[in-house]
Amino acid sequence: MTTVPVRGAFEHPLLRDYFMDAAFDEMFDGDGAIRPHYAALFHELTTLPPEEIRRRKQSADASFLMQGITFTVYGREEGTERIFPYDLIPRVVTGEEWDRIERGLTQRITALNLFLHDIYNDQKILAQGVVPREVVYTCQQFRRQMRGLRVPRNVYVAIAGTDLLRLNSGEFVVLEDNLRVPSGVSYMLTNRRIMKRTLPSLFRDYGVRPIDHYPQALLATLRSLAPEGRPEPTIVVLTPGVYNSAYFEHTWLARQMGVELVEGRDLVIHDNVVYMRTTAGLKRVDVIYRRVDDDFIDPLAFRGDSILGAAGLFNAYRAGNVTLANAFGTGVADDKALYAYVPAIIKYYLDEDPILNNVETYLLTDAKQREYVKQNLEKLVVKAVGESGGYGMLVGPQSSAAEREEFKRRIEADPRNYIAQPTLNFSRSPCLLEDGSIGPRHVDLRPYILFGDKVTIVPGGLTRVALRQGSLVVNSSQGGGSKDTWVLGTSQEAHAFASSR
Amino acid sequence: MLSRVADSLYWTTRYLERAEHTARLIDINMGLMLDRSRVSAERRWQRVLSAVGAAQGLGWNDDAAGMAGEPGRWVGVTALVHALCFDTTKHASITACIFAARENARQIRDEISTEQWQRLNGLFHEISRLRTAMPSERNLAEFLPTIIDGVHLFQGVTDTTLSHGEGWHVLRVGRYLERAWSITTLLDVYEREVFLGEDSDDAGEYLEWVGLLRICTAFEAFCRVHTSDLTHERILEFLLLDPDFPHSVRYAVDALHNALEAIQQHTRTQHGGELMRVAGRLKSTLAFAQIGEILAQEPVRYLRRILEQCREIHDLVYTVYIQYSVETALAV
Repeated sequence: MTTVPVRGAFEHPLLRDYFMDAAFDEMFDGDGAIRPHYAALFHELTTLPPEEIRRRKQSADASFLMQGITFTVYGREEGTERIFPYDLIPRVVTGEEWDRIERGLTQRITALNLFLHDIYNDQKILAQGVVPREVVYTCQQFRRQMRGLRVPRNVYVAIAGTDLLRLNSGEFVVLEDNLRVPSGVSYMLTNRRIMKRTLPSLFRDYGVRPIDHYPQALLATLRSLAPEGRPEPTIVVLTPGVYNSAYFEHTWLARQMGVELVEGRDLVIHDNVVYMRTTAGLKRVDVIYRRVDDDFIDPLAFRGDSILGAAGLFNAYRAGNVTLANAFGTGVADDKALYAYVPAIIKYYLDEDPILNNVETYLLTDAKQREYVKQNLEKLVVKAVGESGGYGMLVGPQSSAAEREEFKRRIEADPRNYIAQPTLNFSRSPCLLEDGSIGPRHVDLRPYILFGDKVTIVPGGLTRVALRQGSLVVNSSQGGGSKDTWVLGTSQEAHAFASSR
Repeated sequence: MLSRVADSLYWTTRYLERAEHTARLIDINMGLMLDRSRVSAERRWQRVLSAVGAAQGLGWNDDAAGMAGEPGRWVGVTALVHALCFDTTKHASITACIFAARENARQIRDEISTEQWQRLNGLFHEISRLRTAMPSERNLAEFLPTIIDGVHLFQGVTDTTLSHGEGWHVLRVGRYLERAWSITTLLDVYEREVFLGEDSDDAGEYLEWVGLLRICTAFEAFCRVHTSDLTHERILEFLLLDPDFPHSVRYAVDALHNALEAIQQHTRTQHGGELMRVAGRLKSTLAFAQIGEILAQEPVRYLRRILEQCREIHDLVYTVYIQYSVETALAV
């Protein structure tokens, strides 16, 4: 890829290391001119004295530290509790771009919920061969226990976080759906809080759409899914406990919603009713926002060696006495092999074309595609279907020959367990680097979708950044960071806003 | 409040109270060892071990054996004191108590105030730093006051930053139950080892008695009531029955009863009857006791009875609030 010479803006000393290639740049267009919605931000950054930027960065860091906004990294012995790296320069999304994202995500979550309802009930889509039976039945996340079970409002996935990328063309595409226990929403909200303090006047001038109502929206969503006859439901957040990497988020959400944060050992199931053990006696629980994986949630129904869940929870759920969000078995719909069928699923249930496209995906169960993948590993990304968080994947262009051989062996041994995708050149966004200059880094976007009596998507999301230069992995467990995402009003609104000031 | 949260709160302050008590116990006895004393080092430290409830069965005896021979004596004591302070494999050690308190607090990080967490976490890091150093008297001279100050600071921020609701009362239950327990145990040891009715005007004896009062931070308060005219009877009366002094058993039991009553009102539990009966009985026993009567009968038996009742209260707190059976809870 050739580096495009850029005019004007790049002469500024802050941009001394800035570069562009075929990848979409969030701030500059193909000719190196500043995109209009980045102009005010760019102006602010280049007019603030460098020491002032540094001071604000330090104060933001201190704020994260004080609030104990940390996450745990697995597979490292010491220093496992770390601050989530944070970038000071917000990512700006225009109202028009967001509008498309919002419609696309709404369409997708609606179709995926219909799909889950179908495969756990009539299985029409399988009978008609739109999705092959073996893709569903070989998925480890398919829960036979859910067959024929009634779920409130037929909502299986109430809380989702979908990872989007922006391709060279500028188009947003879906990289993966996280339909089990997506995390990161607390970072989205704390980033925003700190950003408002860091660049207050700029924030106001941009007319950024608010996201702070997410906890209330989550609470309303959970309430709308309460079992029948429980008009004043007791809602809790179920956490695996203090050693979980997202424990901070669990406590944070519980506190923001004003509900109890419980662990499995706090729950007692009696006569198929779930209670929590309080000092004032047993208190009935109606809705559980669970942040524990299916496998660990009930040792009687799933993994017997789990000590994180509550024995008998599944039976209480089956009896309709408690709602779990998300339902069991939603992982079948975010399986990376099933992902390839999502456009067909949308077409089948809604008779619409997908608003947000998929990334091209090779299914390794297909002999021809498998052969192609094995021949072209150095150009592809291979992912294990059940893994997330950047674990168990091969990034072809950055892999060694030995790693590629290892993955070939693994693929041969268990083709259903892997998929391959082309190495995507996704968009870059300006970031504040260690030395105080501004450089481009790859970013993705994870908006959070709530589905209860209606679909709610707060305008924004977690923009994750691959902080190391050239890196394509944005996961926090792999050295990624995050930045605030500013969604603007549509241009009409913006106009009205400007004239009203 | 979740039972698990109450459980962690309770143990946070119990462990902190225990750490503070043990720190003072060691500090005072280290000081007494410097004076010429009739009490052999072995007997003294055996007494300390009894007072922290580690006389038998916790593997201290091997260390104590090292103290028998005259030449090896000092080494033995240093090793023992060092273990009492820093050995995390011994449950009674100060470090083990602080670590346990922090671990309990960490599990309920968002139920306590940030100030509380920072104090406790700071204490934890300070100790981690000190315990890596070589055993030395200077090291101890820094360590023991750090513990005592750290616990005092925690109590201070607890009272000024946490809502005085149910959780605060649970913290008090832990602190005062531990205090009643440890002071009573200490008196029990001194009854058997020190107050044997021998020539009480002996200077060595006098030092031991001052030591006892100091361990309970009671020397100044005692003098204000009785002057420095120490007698067995007055010391026992003061530490056992004084209504106003915060380290007397009676004061601790009153505060404990008070906190339990508040929790009962908060939770409106139907099952608290037996707990309140036992706590109330203990409170009245102390309120209406007379030192003459106690001494006329067997004081050791009286103290043991208090310990039994403390244990009963602990068990009842668990059955009423924390580990109740599902059947009893649903029977209301």
